[in-house]
Amino acid sequence: MGKTLFEKIWDRHVVTTLPGGMALLYIDRHLVHEVTSPQAFEGLRLTKRKVRRPELTIATMDHNVPTEDRLNIKDPISRAQIEALEKNCREFGITLYDLKSDNQGIVHIIGPELGLTLPGTTVVCGDSHTSTHGAFGTLAFGIGTSEVEHVLATQTLTQKKPLVFKVEFTGQLQPFVTAKDMILKLIGAIGTAGGTGYVFEYGGKAVQNLSMEARMTICNMSIEAGARAGMIAPDDITYEYIASKERPFVPKGEDFEKSVAFWRTLPSDPDAHFSRSLSIDASQIGPQVTWGTNPGMVVDVTDRIPQPDQVPGCSRKDVEQALAYMGLTPGTPITQIKIDTVFIGSCTNARIEDLRSAARILKDRKVAAGVRVLVVPGSEQVRAQAEAERLHEIFKAAGCEWRYSGCSMCLGMNPDQLKPQERCASTSNRNFEGRQGKGGRTHLVSPEMAAAAAVEGHFVDIRAWGKK
Amino acid sequence: MDSFKSHRGLIALLDRANVDTDQIIPKQFLKSIARTGFGGSLFYDWRFLPDGKPNPQFELNTPRFKGASILVTRNNFGCGSSREHAVWAIQQFGFKAVIAVSFADIFRNNSGKNGLLTVELEEPEVEEIFQMVQRYKGLEATVNLDEQRVTLHLPEEISFHFEMDASVKEHLIRGLDAIGLTLKEENQIAAFESRHDPQWFAR
Repeated sequence: MGKTLFEKIWDRHVVTTLPGGMALLYIDRHLVHEVTSPQAFEGLRLTKRKVRRPELTIATMDHNVPTEDRLNIKDPISRAQIEALEKNCREFGITLYDLKSDNQGIVHIIGPELGLTLPGTTVVCGDSHTSTHGAFGTLAFGIGTSEVEHVLATQTLTQKKPLVFKVEFTGQLQPFVTAKDMILKLIGAIGTAGGTGYVFEYGGKAVQNLSMEARMTICNMSIEAGARAGMIAPDDITYEYIASKERPFVPKGEDFEKSVAFWRTLPSDPDAHFSRSLSIDASQIGPQVTWGTNPGMVVDVTDRIPQPDQVPGCSRKDVEQALAYMGLTPGTPITQIKIDTVFIGSCTNARIEDLRSAARILKDRKVAAGVRVLVVPGSEQVRAQAEAERLHEIFKAAGCEWRYSGCSMCLGMNPDQLKPQERCASTSNRNFEGRQGKGGRTHLVSPEMAAAAAVEGHFVDIRAWGKK
Repeated sequence: MDSFKSHRGLIALLDRANVDTDQIIPKQFLKSIARTGFGGSLFYDWRFLPDGKPNPQFELNTPRFKGASILVTRNNFGCGSSREHAVWAIQQFGFKAVIAVSFADIFRNNSGKNGLLTVELEEPEVEEIFQMVQRYKGLEATVNLDEQRVTLHLPEEISFHFEMDASVKEHLIRGLDAIGLTLKEENQIAAFESRHDPQWFAR
């Protein structure tokens, strides 16, 4: 029997099978940020252990970073955490892209940008959205701090082999419907635990037609359906992205050709076995808007807020709690929900294509009165590219705030937060209670939907509105 | 790591599904570079009102659950962010074990690395525990890892068997140092590195 993409990568990285059946899995790349690493480095210090392969570890700071006056971190605890990362990287010999670097950015945006993310490799990071890197045909997953320490010390992880769940998107997307809508549709269909224990492999025509940036958006939110990793088979679109500009960690010349030849062997064999599979007709997907407090609580923009007893997979109590938190009434049309804030950013939707999409909507238009719009590029490279294309002028002319890169209002560890009961159309990945600020109300949408909501002050069906 | 063999303690109920790690420990407490000091921040936004006083509506603040060391909750506990601070906060608050219908993968891994026992039971079994705790104030349970059994100390005891990965079980019972064990495989790791494709990495 043939092998899946996942199995091909897994098998190549098993160092040994341990007593009890767990695999000792080799890690090719370890990405590190300031929030989940300090206790791991401290653990190494206490046990007098070294970083086994410092050259395979790359660090940046993103979660705490202010997006206005970025070198002036006013919160002393945030500053201490960033300084701890600087000190740890110096002490253990790890390359750090700090706040003065042109390569700084959200860890999952800079990995692909720098060519750290390559097909057929294993990538981990102390961050659940590490699943993003799977868009390249990479086995990439998030880990906790104990596992960060384990990788630093041994360049391996002890892992139980997950199962593979094939998700096929057939057909063609409607205009203005995006990768964000595809992944939200999937999460709505299978629930936030529907992928637990699995790695997703996304395929089908609608996925093959996507750019790398859009593929990253899909893989990024695999974890929101419970799957630690999501993968897409590499193809010519992948190789073109990797070769499209100077990426310091990409193999060069003959090595690149050899790598491509190897990468072409990675896609799942025709007779490979998947433990579960699901097919979704992409042409039937409308723009998605979340209404509740987890990403599975989602409907089409043309729908209404559901009745508490009409949400599959959710108890009445959970729905009532979510609606009370969100300040929403069952039966309300989604397009009547007014918003106070728009956040365009995060590792889900802050790559250059996302900013171009939002800018196309906002060009020659104005943000509605009373609506605050933050546009936060995912990396300094994205920011520079956007400015070279003068997108920032479009955003500013429309009335948006144009910021420096970082995780920003996706989780509000920096000063970018919602106030209690403020309602936000957000291109990020989590609508959990308090995620964007205590009491804040988050609706997850695509960049196009967020930008149109900014103009109108409420949600609109971008398919009709975008033709205007 | 602390070892876990068996533990008897008071049960507390958290009647919510999909409890994410943002609720278990909100972001503002992730700025610490220490591994301790998180217990007071557990479920912070649920436990405390905006003025900082305890929220009397929140289950864990009810007097009957004071001193509880076994948390029983619904499905998909610990979903979302990979923050291990969530596990540290649960342990430092005083919980030794969490019983749920299911756990998110990263949270379960993180728990195992810290000696926090995660027990999965069938939905009707969890529902039975909920009903028994609601009926019998002060109900205690014993979670025995060696026997893979949860026992409710009712006038007539009820027990539930649970599944557990054999190697995770051994690590927990013996309190093993995972990194130390892997470092014993140094020869294997070095041999692997010598045959692993170097051309993937430009240097």
